[in-house]
Amino acid sequence: MSDFETVASSENQAARRGVSGEPGTPGRVGQPGRPRSLAGDAWRDLRRKPIFWISLALVLLVTAMAVAPGLFTRNDPTDCILSRQHAAPSGGAIFGYDFQGCDTYARAVYGARASLLVGALSALLTGIIALVVGMLAGYFGGWVDAVLSRIVDIVLGIPLLLAAIVLLKRVASDSATVRLGSVIFVLAVLGWTTAARVVRSSVITARQQDYVAAARMLGAGNGRIMWRHILPNALAPAIVVLTIALGSFIAAEATLSFLGIGLKEPTISWGIDINNGRVHMRESATPLLVPSTFLALTVLAFIMLGDAIRDAFDPKLR
Amino acid sequence: MFRFIVRRLLQMVVAFFGTTLIVYALMFAGQGDPIQALAGERPVTAAQRAYLTEKYHLDATGFGGFFYRYFDYLSNLLRGDLGESLTGRPIGEILANAWPVTIKLALIAIAVAVIFGVTAGVLAGIRRGSIFDNSTLLLTLLVLGIPTIVLAPLAQYLLGVKWQLFPATSGADPSFYALLLPGIVLGSLSLATALRLTRTSVAENLRADYVRTARSKGLPRRRVVTVHVLRNSLIPVITFLGVELGNLMSGAIITEGVFNIPGVGFNLFRAIRTEDGPLVVGIVSVLVVVYLVSNLVVDVLYAVLDPRIRYE
Repeated sequence: MSDFETVASSENQAARRGVSGEPGTPGRVGQPGRPRSLAGDAWRDLRRKPIFWISLALVLLVTAMAVAPGLFTRNDPTDCILSRQHAAPSGGAIFGYDFQGCDTYARAVYGARASLLVGALSALLTGIIALVVGMLAGYFGGWVDAVLSRIVDIVLGIPLLLAAIVLLKRVASDSATVRLGSVIFVLAVLGWTTAARVVRSSVITARQQDYVAAARMLGAGNGRIMWRHILPNALAPAIVVLTIALGSFIAAEATLSFLGIGLKEPTISWGIDINNGRVHMRESATPLLVPSTFLALTVLAFIMLGDAIRDAFDPKLR
Repeated sequence: MFRFIVRRLLQMVVAFFGTTLIVYALMFAGQGDPIQALAGERPVTAAQRAYLTEKYHLDATGFGGFFYRYFDYLSNLLRGDLGESLTGRPIGEILANAWPVTIKLALIAIAVAVIFGVTAGVLAGIRRGSIFDNSTLLLTLLVLGIPTIVLAPLAQYLLGVKWQLFPATSGADPSFYALLLPGIVLGSLSLATALRLTRTSVAENLRADYVRTARSKGLPRRRVVTVHVLRNSLIPVITFLGVELGNLMSGAIITEGVFNIPGVGFNLFRAIRTEDGPLVVGIVSVLVVVYLVSNLVVDVLYAVLDPRIRYE
């Protein structure tokens, strides 16, 4: 099935190239001996998309901010002086000061770290859970699949925000590390289901391929087949889902912090700052608008990146 | 069909017990001394302690005791007795006042999603690849990507405070006009998803064999689209909107909190803020039940609407 799609999509592309008549490309298409892979096709497609490059640039920018915030601002985000309350921009504070007299821009820059940390680690944890569950369910089928799929159904039936509220209310500690860890854990525990379903279905497809039968006939055990033969083929769709999930985990973290049950001060989080800015928006709107823009752009960048990659990998959706 | 409904009902019962057990275990179990927690700083007399222990079956310890109290909570929940909030108001009464507002808001949001989302989705699906199609796709991606905690305060600031087109917040008894802006904000997410769903399904159905047949019979394009394509394309959209209605009722926490709408979500928002444990548990329990039931109704509706779907 997937082979057929690859052929069909490359035929499509060849046809399109024929119409537009670009002279340089055909030489590379017909490289002898090496058929173009699905990934190669996807990359070729992706390279031409401005959305892909824009979102990739944004993702890299935010990652740089999270790793080295000192590169983007010289001001200390925790240096808050009440006499500067809602003061106009000055001395590196290009967006002025917020209600507490902190540098709005510096706080937004330093907020990237918590967001990205939560997003990346919960996506990683989600990926591990999803791969294990999806692989077991898809590979073994039968009662294992039945039990795991029911569990997925049940977890999928739990509204994320409500469950996260209940789970996080239970965390009494105000220590920054504990709160960070529990937000990551809660998001991963509630958010792995979609990815697990995706892995399961791609494992089922891969399991029926000839090369798996060949490997089995050569005497490969279950573990080896799963690890060496099926996993590489089930990985691509899972990564796409996880990129999009990363964006929504960042949004979820900000939402929980906004509600006051996620991260707490003194951790700098966009969600906390948006909530603080919201309260005083009649006096000054920038402390609301700056972290809002940062958050929205980050979430958008991850979602658009995932969307672009998925479009490239799945020609049927076009 | 009947067997499917029965199976789905059983599944829901399992999910119900599972979620309520989790909610209960997390909120109440292993909390130290619940009687002292209830009394706060004040001393508790031996008589009061004995009374409360008797009333809430606190003397039963260990695993059995936990389930004893869990079934107490469950039977209270099923009888509609949700207990009292920390301020002493019955939670059932708080919810009874809040539901009408939340339902009104959810209906406005769904109406927005249907009127704009489905219409634009049909147009985009028919003219796939056009400028209209591409720009709506990009626009929906934007809407889907912007979290509610950005969208709601932003809309409130721009449309409510700065340009003053809508009331920035609503009072105790919100009018339709006051609910309009929050409804649009709440509905924008469902709008975007409904649009994409309609677009994909219209575009897919336009290529179906029965559409080709209808065209080759000589039916006008208008009739093919409105009668043949739409009827089949709207099935997934209707199911989505059904699920979404359940979602919106439980998901309006941020929107209701930001716009100060005294609905269920607002009460939950406030309960979290004021650390009112019993109120949080009461509201969350009810919302989970609403969510599960609406999912069940939608699943059954799906089977009724589309006879092509067979459940073994």
